[in-house]
Amino acid sequence: METIILFAPLVGALICGFGWKFIGERGATVTATALLFLAAALSWIIFLTHDGAESQTTELFRWVDSGSMSVSWGIRLDTLTAVMLVVVNTVSALVHLYSMGYMAHDENWKDGESYKPRFFAYLSFFTFAMLMLVTSDNLLQMFFGWEGVGVASYLLIGFYYRKPSANAAAMKAFIVNRVGDFGFALGIFALFFLIDSIEFDVIFAAGSELAATSISFLWMEVNAAELIAILLFIGAMGKSAQLFLHTWLPDAMEGPTPVSALIHAATMVTAGVFLVCRMSPIMEYAPVALGIVTVVGASTAFFAATVGLVQNDIKRVIAYSTCSQLGYMFAAAGVGFYQAAMFHLFTHAAFKAMLFLGAGSVIHAMHHEQDMRNYGGLRTKVPVTFWAMMIGTLAITGVGIPLSYDLFGLPIGFAGFVSKDAIIEGVFAGHSTYAFGMLVVAALFTSFYSWRLMFMTFYGTPRGDMHAHKHAHESPRNMTAPLMVLAVGAVLAGMVYYNAFVGKSAEKFFGPSVYIAGLEAHGEAKAEDHEGADDGSHGAEAADAHGDEAAHHGDSGVVLHDYHYVPTWVKLSPFVAMLLGFVTAWYFYIRAPDTPRRLAEANPGLYQFLLNKWYFDELYDFVFVRGAKALGRFLWKKGDGATIDGGINGLALGIIPFLTRMAGKAQSGYVFHYAFAMFLGLAALLTWMLIGGAG
Amino acid sequence: MDSLLSLITFLPLIGAFVLMVFLRGEDEASNLNAKRLALMTTAVTFLLSIALITGFDPQDTGFQFVEETAWLGGLTYKMGVDGISVLFVMLTTFLMPIVIGASWGVETRVKEYMIAFLVLETLMIGVFCALDLILFYFFFEAGLIPMFLIIGIWGGKERIYASFKFFLYTLLGSLLMLVAMIAMYMEAQTTDIEALLAHDFSASPIFVFGFEIAGGLQTMLWLAFFASFAVKMPMWPVHTWLPDAHVQAPTAGSVVLAAILLKMGGYGFLRFSLPMFPVASDLMANFVFTLSVIAIIYTSLVAMMQEDMKKLIAYSSVAHMGFVTMGIFAANQQGVDGAIFQMISHGFISGALFLTVGVIYDRMHTRDIDAYGGLVVRMPAFALIFMLFTMGNVGLPGTSGFVGEFLTMAGAFQANTYVAFFAATGVILSAAYALWLYRRVVFGDLIKESLKQIKDMDTREKALFAPLVVMTILLGVYPALVLDAIGPSVTALLNNYELALGDVQTRLAEN
Repeated sequence: METIILFAPLVGALICGFGWKFIGERGATVTATALLFLAAALSWIIFLTHDGAESQTTELFRWVDSGSMSVSWGIRLDTLTAVMLVVVNTVSALVHLYSMGYMAHDENWKDGESYKPRFFAYLSFFTFAMLMLVTSDNLLQMFFGWEGVGVASYLLIGFYYRKPSANAAAMKAFIVNRVGDFGFALGIFALFFLIDSIEFDVIFAAGSELAATSISFLWMEVNAAELIAILLFIGAMGKSAQLFLHTWLPDAMEGPTPVSALIHAATMVTAGVFLVCRMSPIMEYAPVALGIVTVVGASTAFFAATVGLVQNDIKRVIAYSTCSQLGYMFAAAGVGFYQAAMFHLFTHAAFKAMLFLGAGSVIHAMHHEQDMRNYGGLRTKVPVTFWAMMIGTLAITGVGIPLSYDLFGLPIGFAGFVSKDAIIEGVFAGHSTYAFGMLVVAALFTSFYSWRLMFMTFYGTPRGDMHAHKHAHESPRNMTAPLMVLAVGAVLAGMVYYNAFVGKSAEKFFGPSVYIAGLEAHGEAKAEDHEGADDGSHGAEAADAHGDEAAHHGDSGVVLHDYHYVPTWVKLSPFVAMLLGFVTAWYFYIRAPDTPRRLAEANPGLYQFLLNKWYFDELYDFVFVRGAKALGRFLWKKGDGATIDGGINGLALGIIPFLTRMAGKAQSGYVFHYAFAMFLGLAALLTWMLIGGAG
Repeated sequence: MDSLLSLITFLPLIGAFVLMVFLRGEDEASNLNAKRLALMTTAVTFLLSIALITGFDPQDTGFQFVEETAWLGGLTYKMGVDGISVLFVMLTTFLMPIVIGASWGVETRVKEYMIAFLVLETLMIGVFCALDLILFYFFFEAGLIPMFLIIGIWGGKERIYASFKFFLYTLLGSLLMLVAMIAMYMEAQTTDIEALLAHDFSASPIFVFGFEIAGGLQTMLWLAFFASFAVKMPMWPVHTWLPDAHVQAPTAGSVVLAAILLKMGGYGFLRFSLPMFPVASDLMANFVFTLSVIAIIYTSLVAMMQEDMKKLIAYSSVAHMGFVTMGIFAANQQGVDGAIFQMISHGFISGALFLTVGVIYDRMHTRDIDAYGGLVVRMPAFALIFMLFTMGNVGLPGTSGFVGEFLTMAGAFQANTYVAFFAATGVILSAAYALWLYRRVVFGDLIKESLKQIKDMDTREKALFAPLVVMTILLGVYPALVLDAIGPSVTALLNNYELALGDVQTRLAEN
């Protein structure tokens, strides 16, 4: 069954890529979509019937086999994989369906140009690569999927190949990702060097051994587990657009909107989170690396949210929001709360895909206008989209009943409320005050920019091109249906799966697929100190019980249990932040719409700083792009040209006169001369040998 | 068949002879006959080589299909293949029919052109099969003559400068190698490569003008061979002949140059430097690593700034060969496996890239990147094929380009983390130059007047690429095809290498 899931999208891609001439555009795109729905249905069957305690591996055939390195193509099925299968295939199937409407009449193409099969081929190929990534049972196949989704993303961002901005964004995405891959690859090499294998089963068993090993890397003597964890995390940062390697994600919005929903919100960008969770058996032994993961994640959440406050392009707002939400996931993983990271990944996929598809529906209605300053008052024009977006906003800002877990034993609220609050409480329980602060502030900003988007788009009076407003209309059924399905997910995903991911049955649900160093020891500690509200004592006891190995990461291993016992003000803080954000947005954009302009004028420096995304692009362009170009030109002209060739030519100047005398006037004189020299050499050798042999 | 290797080696030469003697006239019919005969000869050679690979036993790490006969003047003619060389023979015979097919449009001196390529094929196969020092030297050096002619007669405007530069570079290396070979004969009293491989070359330090040379004779010989192979590779800083030679060579010449001739240096390192001079190889490993890493970073940066498509691909070849030398001198299974794999894979990918340049050069007669843009609009098939090989060049997993790069870096990491670290930056840079090239040539809107009528690839052109596409993907997904064939021989080579190093260390410890 998992083989069918894996290869159905590949078949779809091939049919769309090469077979559409035989079965027609419509036939090809319908086939690809149907195959994706099949894969999605099978994924749900696996997800619902999967028993967390097992992990099974199906080997397909050999791949790289060199000495002790032996890697096969295979499918590993455990809870992490099952979750990802559902996320990837469901969103992908819905996006395929949505694209049939969205891409039906694209004004970027001329008459007679066939772009639909190509688009679907890329989408299906992307899905295949993503599935290879999540079903891998070794790091190399994961790397295959990792780069494969990178290529699919490159092709889809640059889908409108006539647009220079799209081409530039595509290249940027690929190259920035390659910076991350550079770390990922080095991590693989280091693992292979140290434990002679890159199979997950071997790696997972080697955590404590690695933590006790030190390796000399470049000029440093470092702990092996820390080094590997950090290198792999660099890979994750690239793919998941974390701070410093985030610059490609906003530009990736050049791609068609369904692509943004599938790749740049729900699936590909979460691959980094998946990698960190997958590598939990190593991460758990690398406390420094985990600290870095938390700090980077929390900083990204904050940074991206600040930039999101002032963007005017509807897709860019959501892109920065994605970047920020990914930061939440990393922050959770960094304190050892992988379950919450996966939970947020799961719920985020639903509501963020829906926000993007909703934005696509708005853009579709407004004739490809993306600037929110030209929207306004659209809620009556596109009611279904409006309600979908409303649900999405309620989900992402985290609307729910605070403290409902303490009252009813189950948090009641939209999906984002359940998973995000779990993360915020988790990082507090994990003693990362920095991350806690950052994430709460980011929650406030999230609420502000999300409501700002809603108010600017759907409320107030129409702005900009009145012609576009007049013709704005609701999208066709095949576009609104995916919105409704995802809306159900955005409402229910949190509550329904709370217990499985981060609640009572979490340990059973994840089974061995997520490794927590202190978990077993903690079980005993908890038995003794059942009602202990002071999580500090938990940590101490867990650490003592587990001995030296676990001692250095304090109680990060037990966040899954501790996060219920954080103080009430901690539990309330994200809710308060959300309310504050909402009220501010309401005041700024409904009550006194003049406020944003006055504020921007009062603080021009800050405003420009945020609007220009903290000037990361400018800095990188100056240092890396121009730097590399200048260096390349210098090496070419001065290195190859002046120094090497200059030297050779100088040498030649001495020889040429001699040669010309020797070679005479024959046009290809040098050639004959060379032949002559060679045979002279051979003759000399032969003569010498004959004499030598005789003597 | 006892003389299969000789048959494969000399069949193209026989074809060339037939062309030379029996084909008369310059008219269209005889030109076509010349092309057909050349194509047939290379195709039959390839079919024969299939018998070679099917009869080859990878588990046997010695030489197979060995032929040995006395030759003139007390010399020996000895041929044979092992796991290290057999795939290079296959690569050559596989590519030659494609090369001939790519030359279908040649109109001047067709007969001579075909003769040059057929002779070249014989000499290239000979290099990989020769098991006698003199025979090797003959094939190795003589192979340059037809290449000179191909560049010098059918080349571009600056062809004389290019062949001259090529000549200057190569001459120095060849002379040093010749001297080294004489010294080897003096020491071992044989020119049999099999015997030389078993010979223990002295590694005790010697003094020249008061300077101590560690590794002694081995180091001297190693350096002499290095001079020759480094130019062939080419390694930084003796690489500057390559871009010029490529730019001036006709498309088919570029394909042969990049796909096969460049592999002779790497093959030489594996056949001579590493097994015969293990102590010197070990001593010089850091030196080679340094040059390799410089090649990877330096030439990638230079490639990025090129304005001529062929130059760009030529520079990228230098960078890719940097991975090869790095892998060889990492001297572990992954490194050497990866190096051989990278050479084979580069044969397909760089060959195909030069063919793609040839496709648009045939139409527009310019290689200027700026002269193109938006080709995807009118040439979707071309865009697809170019994309595949661009990705192969970038080392995307799933293409053959990845396996070689990955294994060489995995090997290098075990030897020296600095090397792996800096080499891995090449992965970023290659993406930069390759995608930028692709963007400027293929993407964008088609607005240049001159390109408005450009035609997509025809059936002949597609047929030329088909086998290369298949190999690039097949080897990317199932590299065992190559790795199984080379693995045991590489293991044996490395065992001997370690043994020899161990011996020397014990001896040094005893003294």
